[in-house]
Amino acid sequence: MYPEYSVKELGFLSDPSFHNSPIDIRGCDADTLQHQLRMMLIIRVAEEKIAQLVIESLARCPCHLGIGQEAIATGISSFLRATDRVFGAHRSHSHYLALGGSITELMDEILGKASGCSKGMGGSMHLYGKEVGFAGSVPIVAGTIPLAVGAALAAKKDGNGDIAVSYFGDGASEEGSFHESLNLASSYKLPVLFVCENNFYASHLDISYRQPSDRISRFADAHNIPVELVDGNDVVAVANAARRLTTAMREGQGPGFLEAVTYRWRGHVGPDENIDVGVRRKVEDIDAWKKRDPIRRLADAMVAAGIMDNNAFKAVQTDVETEISIAVENARTAPYPGNNALTDYVFASLERPL
Amino acid sequence: MSVSGLKRSTYGEAILEGFTYLLENHEEVFVIGQGLWSPWYVGSSMTDLDKKFGIERVMDSPVSELACTGAAVGASLFGYRPIVVHPRMDFMLYAMDPIVNQAAKWSHMLGGQAHPAVTIRGIINRGGEQGAQHSQALHSWFAHIPGLRVVMPATVEDARDLLIAGTLCDDPVIYIDDRWLYHIEEDLSPPRIHDLASLGNIVRREGKDITLAASSYSFHQCQQAADELAKEGIDCELVDLRILNPLDIDPVIESVQKTGNLIVVDGGWQTCGLASEVVAGTCVAVDPSVWSNPPVRINLPATPAPTSKPLEELYYINTEEIITAVRTMLEK
Repeated sequence: MYPEYSVKELGFLSDPSFHNSPIDIRGCDADTLQHQLRMMLIIRVAEEKIAQLVIESLARCPCHLGIGQEAIATGISSFLRATDRVFGAHRSHSHYLALGGSITELMDEILGKASGCSKGMGGSMHLYGKEVGFAGSVPIVAGTIPLAVGAALAAKKDGNGDIAVSYFGDGASEEGSFHESLNLASSYKLPVLFVCENNFYASHLDISYRQPSDRISRFADAHNIPVELVDGNDVVAVANAARRLTTAMREGQGPGFLEAVTYRWRGHVGPDENIDVGVRRKVEDIDAWKKRDPIRRLADAMVAAGIMDNNAFKAVQTDVETEISIAVENARTAPYPGNNALTDYVFASLERPL
Repeated sequence: MSVSGLKRSTYGEAILEGFTYLLENHEEVFVIGQGLWSPWYVGSSMTDLDKKFGIERVMDSPVSELACTGAAVGASLFGYRPIVVHPRMDFMLYAMDPIVNQAAKWSHMLGGQAHPAVTIRGIINRGGEQGAQHSQALHSWFAHIPGLRVVMPATVEDARDLLIAGTLCDDPVIYIDDRWLYHIEEDLSPPRIHDLASLGNIVRREGKDITLAASSYSFHQCQQAADELAKEGIDCELVDLRILNPLDIDPVIESVQKTGNLIVVDGGWQTCGLASEVVAGTCVAVDPSVWSNPPVRINLPATPAPTSKPLEELYYINTEEIITAVRTMLEK
């Protein structure tokens, strides 16, 4: 094992032997919890299906799965509206789906079909869903962070109380783009919510070998941006933090920063667990983190509170699996883009042929 | 202003007029970049815009080329038409991701649903012993990228009208001007609003002996060369390469069909550059029997810009070099 750089500032949040019991749902609205549970299941099952499509070589584009991280986008999206503008990155199925993005169009897109959310031109890494507030996702690490800042500038100029959201991982905080963007957003007081899904890995490499601290929100402190640091596998904790931050942002108080500590069960890309590609990632770590499962922790809390019984939970699971299976079956037979798509989309208007 | 509606204006003043027109007539336009509240950075081309239109629409910025350019791309996806100003193109390299990976590709990779209507102004600011990192003309780089419209105005009128057309275009536009042009004075008509996608390159002066094709400052050098050569009875046809991407090469091809001779002058480097591309495109389109002489490219030497004055004089293209190249070609 190589020597590590990081100071462990996150404490219990980074130790999976903590925070693995049912979450605290006191005071929560039952309908909201039902919706959040269903949404996390949609994301989980959709990504498991995508993993299967990759194994079958039906999905050929790089697919970055966020299984285990479903609570973050689900909790935050509870406080977003269609006129907000949400930007993702390479691991953004959850960001798109949590806003209500079409499952059918996501599956079509992943199989490269013209009926996909990006017309079959993007695949898993380039998703679009403006009608639900999803402004776009791209796989250049930290590439969308300044774009979200600009979308927030546009929102501020419009004056309607809309906000931008920028999802990124801990790796993105090592890019200069991230630091410039925080400075710009804070100086101009722009309504952008920076969401760091800190899963400790950038591709194969553990944060211990990349940064002197494992707490990413320290950078927000340096830019005078209010921080919420939460267990990212607790949908209620994420939602409460998002509510506090977005409420202030809509009132004109400038940006917010939400660091959600989590863990991805699969590897950087594709269906593997990546226990063999890095320095530290071990099967015992993954097993320990699976005990902090955001879906099971919510479901157990809802059963314990009498909001739902186990049969009802199974019924939701079956329902979601059916919906996603239908979407995948349709995607298999949907047509690819026509050859004209290769040149048609380069420019908005094209007076002269390329 | 004269009865014809023409007035005399410098290139720098024409850019200022373009900004003024846009800010006056289009609420969705705003400008962001370093030095916009200072007289130091952009010569006469943006004087007092902040005072006239307010600091919310003419935003001086932190020293963050990447974030400011990226923010402009982001705002352009939500109904605005931002213009980013990079007072010196060398520093614009920090913004390559928002320009090349983001602005140029969002339309295509998202299926034509998102159009970054952003304009990025990169200023070539060279000479004066400024050296390797304060002198570059990188237009050929940007012209290489599908999805970027790249314009490089040579005339006073285009300095204004291509800024307006670029800003009102729904695609990302790289607008490149050269500070060596700012003092040039020409007639200027009232603003004309063009659809940038419908504009091509243009023959500015007809001639029968040789085609000279160039952009921006190099075009003016070709004009001066043509004036001198006319005294010797050499009749040059001048093509203004004002739009580099998508590159409209037809005017050059048509011109060479007539003259049989071509020199392309470009104040950038040669390898994979504008002059090479124009020569290559013309060669593959024009039958070998039409050519009286092999075409010639005039570029900068393949070195970074020097500082000391004698080396600078050696480095930059001068009009005499163009005149000599024409004479040499036609004497063969």
